[in-house]
Amino acid sequence: MALHLPIFMDYHSTTPVDPRVVDAMLPYFSTHFGNAASRNHLFGWTAEKAVDDAREQVARLIGAAGKELVFTSGATESNNLALKGAAHFYKDRGNHIITSQIEHKSVLDSCKRLELEGFDVTYLPVGPDGILRPETVKQAMTDRTILVSVMFANNEIGTVQPLKDIGAVVKERGALFHTDAVQGIGKISFDVNDVQADLVSLTAHKLYGPKGIGALYVRRKPRVRLEAQMDGGGHERGLRSGTLNVPGIVGFGKACEIAQNEMVAESARIARQRDRLEMSLMAALPHVFRNGSLEHRLPGNSNLSFAYVEGEGLLMALKDVAVSSGSACTSASLEPSYVLRALGIGEELAHTSIRFGLGRFTTDEEVDFVIRLTVEKVRRLREMSPLWEMVQEGIDLKSIEWTAAH
Amino acid sequence: MAYSNKVIDHYENPRNVGSFDKNDPEVGTGLVGAPACGDVMKLQLKIDDEGVIKDAKFKTFGCGSAIASSSLVTEWVKGMSIDDAEKIQNAAIADELNLPPVKIHCSVLAEDAIKAAIADYRRKKVPNTSAEKASQP
Repeated sequence: MALHLPIFMDYHSTTPVDPRVVDAMLPYFSTHFGNAASRNHLFGWTAEKAVDDAREQVARLIGAAGKELVFTSGATESNNLALKGAAHFYKDRGNHIITSQIEHKSVLDSCKRLELEGFDVTYLPVGPDGILRPETVKQAMTDRTILVSVMFANNEIGTVQPLKDIGAVVKERGALFHTDAVQGIGKISFDVNDVQADLVSLTAHKLYGPKGIGALYVRRKPRVRLEAQMDGGGHERGLRSGTLNVPGIVGFGKACEIAQNEMVAESARIARQRDRLEMSLMAALPHVFRNGSLEHRLPGNSNLSFAYVEGEGLLMALKDVAVSSGSACTSASLEPSYVLRALGIGEELAHTSIRFGLGRFTTDEEVDFVIRLTVEKVRRLREMSPLWEMVQEGIDLKSIEWTAAH
Repeated sequence: MAYSNKVIDHYENPRNVGSFDKNDPEVGTGLVGAPACGDVMKLQLKIDDEGVIKDAKFKTFGCGSAIASSSLVTEWVKGMSIDDAEKIQNAAIADELNLPPVKIHCSVLAEDAIKAAIADYRRKKVPNTSAEKASQP
C-alpha cells in the first residue's frame, strides 16, 4: 500500500470520521433535516426517531440507559455542565470538590471558576506512573465534599485511572462521582455501573465520530440533578437547551456502535503497533524514556522523552508525521506540560517529550516509516545538541550553572 | 505554528554546526540557556590577535527558531571584529528570521551567546596581563 504523507499519528487530539459514520449521517443533512423537537409532523418524528436510536447506541457502549444521556456540543461543554451544574445544584450540601492535577483544562478551568465563586477545590497529586491512588482520594474527602472528578484516561500519557476503586471510595462518602471519559471510551471497556459514576463526559470526535457533538451521562437511579448552564427551549430534559444536532447525534451513535463491535480486536492490533514502535525506537536510540504507567494505559498511546533533543525541534524534523509534544514551545506559554510535571518528570525531560497517538487507520507501513524517520532525526538533532555532546564527554549536566531562568 | 522560510532554511541546512577545542586560547565559548527552559546554545568563536572573528561554530538544544537564530549569528559574526559582534542586537536577529513574539527569547539567547563567547575569550586573555601586573613591584 502506498504511503500517504503526512502521516497522522495524533489520535488523542482527534480522529477522522469513519466512512461508515459519514454514510449514516448524510441523509440527516438534506433529506431528513427535521427538528427533533417538532412534535407535529413527519420531519420532526423522523429526526426524533434517529436521535432516540443514536441515544441508545451511545448508552449501550457505556452500560447506561438512553434516558440518562444529555447531548452537548462536546466534552468541554459536558465537563462544564457536570462540574458547574452539580456544584451549583448541591452547594447547600457542601462546597468542597476534589479533582486531580492531570485533568483536562476544561475540568481544571471549571474548577478554577468555581473557586472564584467560593468553592474549595483540592487538586490531588498523581504518582510517578500518572495514577491517582484511591487512598489519596479517600484521605482528601471531607463531610463537605460534594463532587469528585477524575478522568478515565489521560490525553497526554494515556494513563488509565483505577476508576472502580476510586468510585467505591467516593460513593462510600456519598459524594457525586464525575469522570471525563473521552480518551478511553471506545478504546477500552467502560461501564457506568461498574465504576459507580454519576456523571460521565463523552465526545464523538475521539472515537471516529464528528466534531461538535458530545454527551453527558447523568445517573437517574439515584437521580443526579444539575443546574442547567444554557437557558432556552428546555431540550434534553431541561439540562441543555438548543436544537439538537441531529446529523451529529446520528454519527455519534453510529461511531459508538462500531466501537462496541470492534473495540477488542482493534485495541489489540493498535497496542501491537504501539509496542513495536516503542521497542524499535528504544532499541535504536539510547536515553529514550516512556512517560506514564506502562501497564495501565491506552493501547494507542506512547509518550516518549528523547533526552537531549528538544521536543518542538524534533516535531519540526518530523514534519511528515503529525504528532504532538509536551514541550513548552508548542503552546503559547513557555511552560512544559503540566501533566508531565505532575508525574515528577524534570522540566529538562518534559521539554523532550513527544506523544505518538495510534488509531484505527494506522498501518504497519506508517509505523515503519515513523520509526525510521524518528531514529534518523533524533540522531541528527543529538549531533547538534550541546547537551548530548556534554553527556558524551562525561559531564554531569546538573553540575553546570545554567544562565537562564526561563 | 507556521515558521518563516528563513527559519526553515536554517533549521534544515544549519550553518557551522560543530565544536572547536574549548581550551584553544583563540577560542571563546559561550554556553547560554538551560535545559529546564528548553533552550541551550553553545556558540564558539575563533578570534585572531587583531580581535577579528575568523570562524564560528554552534550547537543548540532547542526549537527550530533557536537553532535558526544560532545558525544565523554564526554566519553574521564571521569576519567581524569582536567589538562589532558585541553590538549585534536580538531585534536584528528576530527581524531577519521573522520570529513571532513567543520566539523572541530565541533571538535574545543568540545575542547572549555572542556576548558570552566574547567574554570567555577576553577572560582567557586577561590572566596573562593580570599576572604581569601582579608581578610588578
